[in-house]
Amino acid sequence: MKSKTIKVDYLARVEGEGSLIVKIQGRRLTDVKLKIFEPPRFFEAFLRGRKFSEVPDITARICGICPVAYQMSACHAIEDAFGVKVEGPLRELRRLLYCGEWIESHALHVYMLHAPDFLGYEDALSMAKDHAEAVQRGLRIKKTGNEIVNVLGGREIHPINVRVGGFYRIPRKQEFAGIIENLKWARDAAIETVRWVSGFSFPGFERDYEFVALRHPQEYPFNEGRLLSNKGLDIDIREYEQHFVEEHVQHSNALHSRLKERGPYFVGPLARYNLNFDRLSPLAQETARDSGLGSVCRNPFQSIIVRGVELVYACDEALRILEKFALPDSPAKELEPRVGTGYGCTEAPRGILYHRYRIDERGLVLDAKIVPPTSQNQKTIENDLWQFVQANMDSPKDALQRQCEQAIRNYDPCISCATHFLKLEIERNEEAQELGKNS
Amino acid sequence: MGSAFETRALVIGIGNLLRGDDGVGRFVAQRLAGRNIPGVRVLEHEGEMTWLMEAWAGADAVFVVDAVSSKSTTGTVRRFDAAQQTLEGQSLRNSSHAFGLREAVELARAWNRLPRRLIIYGIVGKSFDLGAELSPRVRQAVPRVADRIAAELSANQLPSKERIQRKLA
Repeated sequence: MKSKTIKVDYLARVEGEGSLIVKIQGRRLTDVKLKIFEPPRFFEAFLRGRKFSEVPDITARICGICPVAYQMSACHAIEDAFGVKVEGPLRELRRLLYCGEWIESHALHVYMLHAPDFLGYEDALSMAKDHAEAVQRGLRIKKTGNEIVNVLGGREIHPINVRVGGFYRIPRKQEFAGIIENLKWARDAAIETVRWVSGFSFPGFERDYEFVALRHPQEYPFNEGRLLSNKGLDIDIREYEQHFVEEHVQHSNALHSRLKERGPYFVGPLARYNLNFDRLSPLAQETARDSGLGSVCRNPFQSIIVRGVELVYACDEALRILEKFALPDSPAKELEPRVGTGYGCTEAPRGILYHRYRIDERGLVLDAKIVPPTSQNQKTIENDLWQFVQANMDSPKDALQRQCEQAIRNYDPCISCATHFLKLEIERNEEAQELGKNS
Repeated sequence: MGSAFETRALVIGIGNLLRGDDGVGRFVAQRLAGRNIPGVRVLEHEGEMTWLMEAWAGADAVFVVDAVSSKSTTGTVRRFDAAQQTLEGQSLRNSSHAFGLREAVELARAWNRLPRRLIIYGIVGKSFDLGAELSPRVRQAVPRVADRIAAELSANQLPSKERIQRKLA
């Protein structure tokens, strides 16, 4: 039986090496596979035997876009093993660093990676000619996030100032002076972002997802909270592995994560928003309402609006922290290694990032487990595509292909930061297929 | 010195020193930095787009050196004049993140922010593996490219105060 194959050899709007295969026979969708052929990276294996103090810097290298998330989850997990809790100004500074990363990452995704899909451009470059003001705004917002990570983290990518217990050095108050002014601009620009993206048109697409995110008694979650879902999950992060399982599937080098009881689930901005709308700052809530977004959003294509709302929140929160900036007594809390197992789960820009370490009496890592957000979303992405392709079977092939890519980008997948190719193949049976005419 | 006569010339070497031939641009930059050419700033970077656009803002003449991934012979040197040529997507090696030199050049072009003179030297690499060293042919290209850029710099330099003083002496 003949089949038709389309290949997109170069697409620079996902992080890492992956491909999508969609097989259609007649009017029947027979297969959807998000293949991740980024080689396994063995971080969990080479953390074994390393000193606890090296873990935040080693795991930060997993990703160039969200190194702060790796550092935060690692620090929290190791502090948990040592029975230490970092509070007060140091805790606030950690939230500030996380704000910086969210601002960088969301601005990049909203403006440079996802917006071109909605406006019908091949990429951000071609969009930038017609939408210069918007793209310049996006890049300037991103820069504000970079500035926070640079000052507090020591450098923009793979920051070097984070340690278990706190930081190596606390920047002086005046080092943040310029950032406060930039953040005020960025907060307004983030509100403008939400206005801009909420004017896009969105495919009518919803599924009955299980959203999973952290929830904290007072805060919109970055570093701490219980793990909740809209389908009844409510657990301490230490219970993560009792409820979630990672499985190897043949077509992907990234493990698929699922809830033992109910299967695939959804992490990231949409999950956070749906489970924590009431924890957003009043300004972020007002911005969301003004854009027409309710307190719950189940359309993954509208995640671009939610990222905008989280941009407002991150700017707002960073300003709150900086405006009442208090110097900690020391850059880091003293800690003594002790035998134990520690758990950390924080909200990376793309969703929950789980770390677990077992540490011996010398402070060396005996074993490690790391579950990044993208592996948790993989199955949900595939399921979205099943439903989306089935519902849009009659679209011209090119349009369908573009929309599949857009649907993947709803999740801002971060396969890795090493390379950035998505090869997409749609196979159709030509004989039974009218769609072939369009290809 | 800080004279208005000084040329605002900039050399930027792009790449990752830990990924074999990817780092060649930075080796060229290091070589040029060692020559202390008056009026010329030399920078090294991973090649992130917004950084590049800010780095070259206000410079009169900019020379960027980067590795090229191509089927051509390893060590081949290509020279692009950004004012004349559009950068093709696949020719220049992509930086480790989504937006690099090509995007910086084309965005700057779209927004009329290209430096008056922007010359890009691309050196065709062979191995971009983690921890690899420069390939022999790529290593040989380093002094060659440094010499060519130095020659271009001196040929195109606006009269710097120092040069005028030297002439007058």
